[in-house]
Amino acid sequence: MGLMEKIFGAGWGIHPADRKRPAADIPLRRIATPSHLYVPLQQHIGAPARPVVLVGQKVAKGQLLAEAQGATSAAIHAPRSGTIVSVGDITAPHASGLPVAGIAIEWDGEDRWHEPDDLPADPFALAPEDIGRRVAAAGIVGLGGAAFPSALKLNLGKRSGIHTLILNGGECEPYLSCDDRLMRDFARETVEGIRLMLHATGAREALVGIEDNKPEAIAAMTAAAAPFGEVQVRPVPARYPMGSEKHLFSTLTGKEVPADGRTTDLGVLVHNVGTAYAVQQAIRLGRPLVERIVTLNGGAWHAPGNCVVPVGMLVADIVTAVGLKQDPARLIMGGPMMGTQLPGTFVPVVKGTSGLLALTADEAAAGEAQPCIRCSSCVRACPVGLLPLEMAARIRTDDYAGAVDLGLKDCIACGCCAWVCPAHIPLVQYFGHAKGELAARDRAKLRTDATKRLVAARAERLEREAKEKAEAAARRKAERAAQKAAEAAAAAATADRTTEES
Amino acid sequence: MIAAVLSLTLLGAALGIGLGVAARRFAVEGNPMVDEVAALMPGSNCGQCGFPGCPGAAAAVVAGEAPPTLCPPGGKALAAALAEKLGIELDLSGVVDEGPKIALVAEEICIGCCRCIKVCPTDAILGAPKQIHNVIREACTGCGNCIERCPTEAMSMQPVPMTLQHWVWPKPAVA
Amino acid sequence: MTEILVLLITTALVNNVVLVKFLGLCPFMGVSRNVDSALGMGLATTFVITLASAATWMLEHWLLAPLGLGYLRILTFILVIAATVQFVELVVKKASPGLYQALGIYLPLITTNCAVLGIALLNVQEKSSFAVSIAYGFGSALGFTLVLLIFAGLRERLALARVPAAFTGAPVGFVLAGLLSLAFMGFAGLNFK
Repeated sequence: MGLMEKIFGAGWGIHPADRKRPAADIPLRRIATPSHLYVPLQQHIGAPARPVVLVGQKVAKGQLLAEAQGATSAAIHAPRSGTIVSVGDITAPHASGLPVAGIAIEWDGEDRWHEPDDLPADPFALAPEDIGRRVAAAGIVGLGGAAFPSALKLNLGKRSGIHTLILNGGECEPYLSCDDRLMRDFARETVEGIRLMLHATGAREALVGIEDNKPEAIAAMTAAAAPFGEVQVRPVPARYPMGSEKHLFSTLTGKEVPADGRTTDLGVLVHNVGTAYAVQQAIRLGRPLVERIVTLNGGAWHAPGNCVVPVGMLVADIVTAVGLKQDPARLIMGGPMMGTQLPGTFVPVVKGTSGLLALTADEAAAGEAQPCIRCSSCVRACPVGLLPLEMAARIRTDDYAGAVDLGLKDCIACGCCAWVCPAHIPLVQYFGHAKGELAARDRAKLRTDATKRLVAARAERLEREAKEKAEAAARRKAERAAQKAAEAAAAAATADRTTEES
Repeated sequence: MIAAVLSLTLLGAALGIGLGVAARRFAVEGNPMVDEVAALMPGSNCGQCGFPGCPGAAAAVVAGEAPPTLCPPGGKALAAALAEKLGIELDLSGVVDEGPKIALVAEEICIGCCRCIKVCPTDAILGAPKQIHNVIREACTGCGNCIERCPTEAMSMQPVPMTLQHWVWPKPAVA
Repeated sequence: MTEILVLLITTALVNNVVLVKFLGLCPFMGVSRNVDSALGMGLATTFVITLASAATWMLEHWLLAPLGLGYLRILTFILVIAATVQFVELVVKKASPGLYQALGIYLPLITTNCAVLGIALLNVQEKSSFAVSIAYGFGSALGFTLVLLIFAGLRERLALARVPAAFTGAPVGFVLAGLLSLAFMGFAGLNFK
């Protein structure tokens, strides 16, 4: 940390109005289960899960629907008991509105959990690897938004010498309060989940970073963590994007993660507090991740607040259950800064859904994009220290390599630059576009390389076949020659005999 | 007069010999650029560009006889790579990348004649005589060689469907 | 020594070959799209101009003047310059195929770069000594490279700017060159006395 930062405080980030209350203060509600649930097979980073159920099959709540396939993947479980109606495509909760494979379940009206087979009497007596295995089996993914399979991160602990666990309770996005509510209402469970994670990773201490605009959550967590010295609650200043793992890390430890590195390189693993709770539920009660707390906020909702929502419940069903005051100008899944604008309401809630924002026209007001005046507001706001205006200018002229040179790959797409931009330039969309374009080019490159290998293999095959053919021809020729010789010899022998006889 | 003729002749001869020696000293086998460019190309020699195979196309691009956008299987990505290699300004906005296409066998029409298998540069078609053929999606480069060989028009080029993994944010429209 | 130093500054800045004398505009507009190829072009031209200055001085003083062949001046000078350029082309092709490709036609066109012949002829006109001739050539080439680099850098920035459709490409490049020329005219006020 430089001297300037010591005196004037860290310069990165922005301070949007948090708009978390009153939704955050309303007690948690359970939402009525709808008649049908649509569970996507890919709710995580990595390969989609492979279905293991058949249409018409009856499943219990928490029963395995699809197993993880590949190194990076996560299992999917039935959010409610019922009958499998179909396995097919559903609209993904994604700005593109493209379909994703999923399983539709018709709810049978009961609330019957699938019986777990081997509940440990004392979870802390389990081997650390066993915790990782159970977390993977429960299909737990990072609940902070990226939805990276948690078991992979936990198993990383032993290998890369993790000494500290950071629990991300920053929840820096405006409007959202699902982590806040979780920490207030389930502080004891969350702390137990944190201790289980410590056990699984072999880390010595856990720091729970909570933004100071959530005093109730800080109080609840401090009280719950008091008996356990290894779990420390650390309030951090409210500032967006405090919930970014690298920023929470540097705020708590005073160190900075290198540009192309991860916090694990420095022996620190970052998990969301929601993930800790899910781990506790999975290990202690054998309950896989099938429902989560979702913040319903924004001016268009009738009753904003936090609800426990089963994974796979359609946004349309939530709208029916909670009610809208008016047609929302924008319907966003996640936070207003990094969330996804939904293509419609026929979209299911997934494991990574932190909130559903129904914003009124006033709240969603976005100005028309105007030319850049090079005011450099975005440079000051960028939490990663990039030059958003320069990168966007290069991307606009298709100079993607130039944008990468300026650090495009370090962009965390937090949206600070676009938020401060007085010209309303959609900077984040530029960066999203460029990242996608670069990924597509990398894929094309891989494909070209694969084609080259295939062409070489074909050339080799043709050569081999030609050789074999030539060899076979030569063999046949030799055989024929031998046969002819034999025949000639036989003929000669007969001739000899006849001459002898005559 | 003689002095002028002589001096110019001598000067020309001296410089000519010097250059001849230098040409020997700095001789370059072929054009290294062509090899470098050919290495970027898919290498399937599909012939969609109209040049004899990928090395031919590379030579044409280096000589400036063909634009860097000549390779349909390579798409935008290859065009950008070529333009960068050759130091050419390239306006990709005009290039309509229809996205990759791959061959598809209409199973009800395929008679199992094996003709398409023989022309596939990447051995991407699976089949045997009198058996319905199929295309291995991952291996097909979309060169279209098989289309004209099919006697029953069972082969067709189909765009690869857009998936979540391949979707790219559109570039913001410039105001 | 001071004379040589002053000569270098005046030829590079005050009497800049491109922006003040308006010689060698063809590569100036043609090879200034990016800084890398501009630098390559600058170095190649510097080599040619410096070498040609020395060679033409020798030709003039040891061959043309003693034999009274002044009327063959342009012919012999072009011959020497062309040979030097050919030599540079061979070397560049061998050493850096990428640069060779990037410079394209502009590399052989150094032969017809009027800055090169111009400097050689000016040297004769001024009756400069050998050292001064080389300094004059090298200083001018330095000025050429400097201006080419500045202009290429500016054009790289210009490529990012949103230019009205009618001005995109060469037109705005010429406007920029004009402004840059105005800036270099300012060096005329430098006083070394």
